[in-house]
Amino acid sequence: MSRDKTMTPDDVISRLENGMTLGIGGWGARRKPMALVRALLRSDVRDLTVVSYGGPDVGLLAAAGKIRRLVTAFVTLDSIPLEPHFTAARQRGAFELTELDEAMVMWGLTAAAQRLPFLPVRAGLGSDVLRVNPQLRTVTSPYEDGEELMAAPALRLDAALVHLNRADAHGNGQYLGPDPYFDDLFCEAADQAYVSCERIVESADLLKEQGTGPQTLLVKRAFVSGVVETPGGAHFTSCAPDYERDEAFQAAYARAARDPEQWRAFGDRFLSGDEDAYQAAVAAFHHQDHHQDQRQDQRQQGDV
Amino acid sequence: MSTPPEATTAIPVTRAEYCVIACAEAWRGAGEILAAPMGTVPTIGARLARLTFSPDLLLTDGEAQLIADAPALGEAPRVVEGWLPYRQHLALAATGRRHVMMGASQLDRYGNQNISCIGDWERPTRQLLGMRGAPVNTLNNPTSYWVPRHSLRVFVEKVDVVSGVGYDNAAAAGSSASRYHRIPRVISDLAVFDFETPDRSMRLRSLHPGVTAGQVADATGFPLAVPDDVPHTREPTAAELRLIRERIDPQGLREREVRG
Repeated sequence: MSRDKTMTPDDVISRLENGMTLGIGGWGARRKPMALVRALLRSDVRDLTVVSYGGPDVGLLAAAGKIRRLVTAFVTLDSIPLEPHFTAARQRGAFELTELDEAMVMWGLTAAAQRLPFLPVRAGLGSDVLRVNPQLRTVTSPYEDGEELMAAPALRLDAALVHLNRADAHGNGQYLGPDPYFDDLFCEAADQAYVSCERIVESADLLKEQGTGPQTLLVKRAFVSGVVETPGGAHFTSCAPDYERDEAFQAAYARAARDPEQWRAFGDRFLSGDEDAYQAAVAAFHHQDHHQDQRQDQRQQGDV
Repeated sequence: MSTPPEATTAIPVTRAEYCVIACAEAWRGAGEILAAPMGTVPTIGARLARLTFSPDLLLTDGEAQLIADAPALGEAPRVVEGWLPYRQHLALAATGRRHVMMGASQLDRYGNQNISCIGDWERPTRQLLGMRGAPVNTLNNPTSYWVPRHSLRVFVEKVDVVSGVGYDNAAAAGSSASRYHRIPRVISDLAVFDFETPDRSMRLRSLHPGVTAGQVADATGFPLAVPDDVPHTREPTAAELRLIRERIDPQGLREREVRG
């Protein structure tokens, strides 16, 4: 049997070094490895080049000054279109940006996984992707058509962080939701990949949950260096079917992120401790939220 | 559903409903391709087209599923007919079997679209979403635009950043960029536009009833091609109105996106 790769979030972060290129899985505010991102926030690691279909992972790392360069096609919270930390960081020139098209990121990761220098893509030509990335080159088809296409450069990663629903201790990762996003590609494009998951199960139990065929086994252990069990580890992003996006908490996050004073208070309340402290603070947030709603309901009933 | 049809359709057609009709028309005759709407009104339009004159359209639930019915906004589909995760959605654009209707923070006379940032790209005054898939969309499949509030801020002489490629930049970038490039429509809360002019600049195609060409010109930051005789955006049929009001958008979400 292959070796046990289980570790803690802090073990994962201890393997990262300043200046690394770090890929982060998920998409927008969907199945982001937030527990690992929170562990990264607690560390001294800095000057990162981050490759991500960006969501609050990028927002939090940007707010903490961890990013030297961001490689992305967008950053969004989905139900809230603009990520306040990301927009503020861009507007104060806090990091360098390699702004690509969504498909160029996909083919760039694919090229990196397959050890190719680039892949030809019909994207970017005629757009400002070329103007704002003067390092990009086109390639001419050697065949009769002679087409000139974008040479989407390989996006090779020093490390990748992804969050899945289940995994075994050996690094076989399983998604149970509707979309794999690009998590397998992130792992294959990286020299070291770390999978956090809602629950570590025995290999023999991976296919025992109802409706889980072998095609749910997205990430192969050959590409995984470490496995971390972090229940609620994608919070506040979605991790269907285990949980949906925590919209109330995300709204509170976005409100706080728009104001430096409020952000300090938010950080003190939610991000000053370890992952257990975070999850406890989130539970308290919902408890309080629930009571506030009840008080509001009572007031409204009183009004009638 | 108990409302008699006469009562439902006796309510005057709203601006938002003309916009729904204009969006639906963008997918007329599209055949068996994916209609990919972004925004509330385009989503209603795509579902209306599917339920009426374009029954072969493919639709998604906004996540990774292709849906075989056209449920009310916010409701789960009854029948899932396919799987379209993001990796397949991005690859589908390159097959050309898709007509996407995107939003636009800025749009210029040749159809260049900006959703990246306002101001100098190096140090923007207002950072927006980023390029998203606009560069790949515009070079590979028909791409239309939906602007719920037509203004001088959106319809500009020159976009600050080219995310979606317009006709001038596609032509200048060569045949690989232009061979599948097409912008069938721009639809705003005031009117419908296309690029059916000799120099591929934006043309007024139809005015929503109640809007004048002068109003459109005043809210547009570049000279529009305006034909001598500009028709009105067509009226919805009684059956279409019932589908919009009772089946697809019973909560009236369209009226929040377009204020009459």
